[in-house]
Amino acid sequence: MTAFDVARVREDFPILSREINGHPLVYLDSANTSHKPVQVLDVMRTYWERHNANVSRSVHTLGTESTTAYEDARAKVATFIGARSPDEVVFTKNSTEAINLVAHSLGASVGPGDEVVISEMEHHSNIVPWQLLCERTGATLRWFGITDDGLLDESGLAELINERTRIVSLVHMSNILGTINDVSRIIARAHEVGAQVLLDCSQSVPHLPLDVVELGADLIAFTGHKMLGPTGIGVLWARADLLREMPPFLGGGSMIETVTMERTTYAAPPARFEAGTPPIAEAVGLGAAVDYLSAIGMREIHEHEIELTGYALKTLAGIDGVRVYGPGTPDGRGGTVSFDVAGVHPHDVGQILDDLGVEVRVGHHCARPVCARFGVSSMTRASFYLYNTTAEIDALAAGVEQVKKVFS
Amino acid sequence: MTDQLYQEIILDHYKHPHGRGLRDPYSGEAHHVNPTCGDEITVRVTDDLSDISYDGMGCSISQASASVLHELLKGKPIGEAAKIHEAFVELMQGRGQVEPDEEVLGDGIAFAGVARYPARVKCALLPWMAFKDAAARAGVEVTV
Ligand SMILES: Cc1ncc(COP(=O)(O)O)c(C=O)c1O
Repeated sequence: MTAFDVARVREDFPILSREINGHPLVYLDSANTSHKPVQVLDVMRTYWERHNANVSRSVHTLGTESTTAYEDARAKVATFIGARSPDEVVFTKNSTEAINLVAHSLGASVGPGDEVVISEMEHHSNIVPWQLLCERTGATLRWFGITDDGLLDESGLAELINERTRIVSLVHMSNILGTINDVSRIIARAHEVGAQVLLDCSQSVPHLPLDVVELGADLIAFTGHKMLGPTGIGVLWARADLLREMPPFLGGGSMIETVTMERTTYAAPPARFEAGTPPIAEAVGLGAAVDYLSAIGMREIHEHEIELTGYALKTLAGIDGVRVYGPGTPDGRGGTVSFDVAGVHPHDVGQILDDLGVEVRVGHHCARPVCARFGVSSMTRASFYLYNTTAEIDALAAGVEQVKKVFS
Repeated sequence: MTDQLYQEIILDHYKHPHGRGLRDPYSGEAHHVNPTCGDEITVRVTDDLSDISYDGMGCSISQASASVLHELLKGKPIGEAAKIHEAFVELMQGRGQVEPDEEVLGDGIAFAGVARYPARVKCALLPWMAFKDAAARAGVEVTV
């Protein structure tokens, strides 16, 4: 495929031909979870029908094929994010588990007097594991605030990240404001004081060309189901030398070197962090998703989304009574647009939109502190992916007009 | 389709809520939150139900439901309030199969359509569950 052709892309996603309440499905909730192309579904089905076996523990043919498929998926993911080696890629259940892994493993060396820094912009899954870590260890949790424009407030950077800081964990792209955080200054400051930086890339890896070496973070987390892959598979990437120093998180099969009744020595990464039978078909499915995204091109996908985002921001700004949160132009933001319809609760907005086949997310989006920061209890969010069109944004706008009519 | 959900009566109660605002004195208070959407309500009751006051933020369904609760239960004998409470909960949990009795439920029958939207049943029940807790704290049992 040379030029990006959204009509052609849509043909790969069977669910997009569904009707909802008598209307064509307009799916604007990909930040929540994305749909899956036939290429991913086919690969997973073939895996189960032809190759199913456990990995890393059988000499038989199926076991070998299964192990090869699983490790191929790891290599594909590594290439996709520019990792120096597949050994830097740890498969987890999702982003949440990857972040918890880091909070336990890297967090094992944190103690009283140490500080962990997050931000007000985080998804709950990048808040709660750090609160728990601080409760366990007596460390102190601190955070960046958010500016009125929906950016990280870096004004207190030099004080916030200091000699006591051990771990900095930040969202790369906000799942509610759409902000793509320029984290270069924060990473530089963290490294200056010897802290490790984890980026929650749940929303960025699916939508932007991303290279972990260029990004400069020490660890990143992301989740397969938001990038055309299945649920049940996520990724922790970390620098190989850091990963080698980290103690295990979960104990069990596959993560050991030798076990006696007295003690155990652990396998090298990534196996050290993959206790038990992993989600094999899901990893293979994620590998297929990465193939699909790469064939189209992450730059092309990002450009398509910039176009959709610009169109959506302009369209929503033109509707009386609609307030958009986060950056007002597509610069430095992704295709996730949260908004408010004056006088109408997001639950009611979402219900009437659903009646018209337009699927958006409403609520606090697992980021309650962001809602609180902007003085609301919830927001309505439309989020875009490679298969969305400007016509679907028109359907959203028509739906918002209908909402206003019902509640006028 | 959402016409069934957003009945005129519900929209009226939402736009012009009855008895809204927290008042003193009261004997029991409860604060309930719907963790999935962040809707919140605080309900206060006196031990003879001579006043039921509330405040909160939420969607039209939860806010209208609080207004209807106020209208239906305030000043009622406790036994009767308990019966109405039970009828409303039964209607909401009936998946659209329960025929509401207007004699008992008054404006509450407008919520019959809500029972067909499983995601919204919790919104409608939020004030009623908070009321039940507040009443229990005031020493009033509203279970029949
Ligand atoms: C920014 C961000 N972080 C973390 C997550 C958690 O992802 P998962 O539920 O797949 O672990 C999400 C998705 O909901 C997200 O948007």
